[in-house]
Amino acid sequence: MESINFLYELLGKNALTITLVVILPLGFVLIYALVAILAELKTSAWIQERLGPMRTGPWGILQPVAEVIKLIQKEDITPAKADKLLYNAAPFIVFTGAYSAFAVIPFSEYFAPSRIDLGLFYIFAVGSISALGIVMGGWASNNKYSMMGAMRSVAQLISYEVPAAIAILSIVVLTSTMNLQEINKLQTGWFWNWFLFGGPGTLAKWWIVPFTIILCMIYFIAALAETNRLPFDIPEGESELVAGFHTEYSGIKFAMFFFAEYAYMFVVAAILTTVFLGGWNSPFGNLMQGPGWGVFWFIFKGFSVVMVQIWIRWTLPRFRVDQLMYLGWKILLPISFVCFLIISLYVMLK
Amino acid sequence: MVQYFKTIWSGIATTFTGMKITLKHLFTKKVTIQYPDENFPLPETARNRLFMEMTKCIGCKNCAKICPVNCIDIETIKVSPEDPHKELHRNGKERKLWVPTFEIDFAKCCYCGLCTEVCPTDAIIHTKEFEYSEYNRENLVYKFHTLTPEQTEEKRRLLEELDAKKEKEKKQDENKPGNKETPGEKRE
Ligand code: SF4
Ligand code: SF4
Repeated sequence: MESINFLYELLGKNALTITLVVILPLGFVLIYALVAILAELKTSAWIQERLGPMRTGPWGILQPVAEVIKLIQKEDITPAKADKLLYNAAPFIVFTGAYSAFAVIPFSEYFAPSRIDLGLFYIFAVGSISALGIVMGGWASNNKYSMMGAMRSVAQLISYEVPAAIAILSIVVLTSTMNLQEINKLQTGWFWNWFLFGGPGTLAKWWIVPFTIILCMIYFIAALAETNRLPFDIPEGESELVAGFHTEYSGIKFAMFFFAEYAYMFVVAAILTTVFLGGWNSPFGNLMQGPGWGVFWFIFKGFSVVMVQIWIRWTLPRFRVDQLMYLGWKILLPISFVCFLIISLYVMLK
Repeated sequence: MVQYFKTIWSGIATTFTGMKITLKHLFTKKVTIQYPDENFPLPETARNRLFMEMTKCIGCKNCAKICPVNCIDIETIKVSPEDPHKELHRNGKERKLWVPTFEIDFAKCCYCGLCTEVCPTDAIIHTKEFEYSEYNRENLVYKFHTLTPEQTEEKRRLLEELDAKKEKEKKQDENKPGNKETPGEKRE
């Protein structure tokens, strides 16, 4: 089954359309990041019963723009003893890692920048590039806090990549494809066809539903850890490590890190949406189903997951390092294995 | 093993409890007051910028003495009986002391309110005014005296004349015979 790209359909496949396809998600990420920053500021404020930014623009909606302008204006400092090349490259590598994942994200039935069959595998592969960038930044800063932050980040990424991968693999066992577009197509119909609720199939699937829900939670937790967000933000942990791996960064390079974090948040939300929440499918069967609605549903679901991430960030305190490892290796990993086995059993019996 | 699952369960349950609480707070009424646009009603006993009413002040300097940071600067001049300019206090009595300088430096004032407590005539009071920041520290020295510099000069001159007159009278008294005591005489 070929996935369709509406730009190629309309304008033919040439250099211009390819560039457009590459740039389109970037435009989306830019706008999404501004919205997400505003959402973060407002949610944090409301949870603490404050009003949040109110002065920049009506109701404070220009605050993220103001912050970006502020960051661009700031002096860009490179520490004297830093490794200049690695230090300057790190933020861009982190962002590249986050942005590369957008290559396979299916925004709609008619738009996914690339249609490789190993979509999920690819996302996991490029997701690690960000970790590389973080280590580079931490190491090249020549600062003990940055170094520790980077080390923690890698330790965390390795620990959580495994349960996340197994959770996704379990679903791959059900779908028997890694192409994100096809995973989406399998979930067409009502919301009980989503893999969160066991995927398409007869009522006989009921006994795996609890396990798919658990898998979804495992993936969500692991994804939170991979994006280095609270309660898993020990690589930054401002109360222990000043600012972790980006202690020495300022100005536009800091903005890149910041930006990459938000982009990556959307990437994991998009994977969760695609794999568990039906992607661009409407939850109500054929109602509101279609290419335009597809984009709406996809972004709506993705953004809802991002909102939950923000909500959790302002609810839970930070984990200690040993608690983090305990959760990763002793809880998420064995449980995801058990779920994996049960789902394999189900597929074999089917 | 049981303990293991209990831990997991309590982890999940407490996370959801926490999320329920934050969700509730998300929709409660916000406590922020958009300060310059809206204002918090000040309590009755609020202590803010001081105000001094010169017609009440008797120049006793109690306030300047009690002030812990010495931010009140008062100068007084006795009223000469020959001064044609008379002023009455609130209670109808005549002013005994002119107050040519009464300055309060609000850059120093700590709003303790001690000056208002000790003032015998309640001349110095707290107002509710608190928005009076300045770009120049000098502007925070408020001058409450009502006498003009010329008037001050005049009062000072009158007082000096009076003093000089008294001095002269004293000298004349001393020069009167029989009233003179020399050290030599005392020794004998
Ligand atoms: S309020 Fe306190 S500090 Fe201020 S002038 Fe009066 S006595 Fe001095
Ligand atoms: S205590 Fe009152 S009356 Fe006395 S000098 Fe101060 S303000 Fe005037």
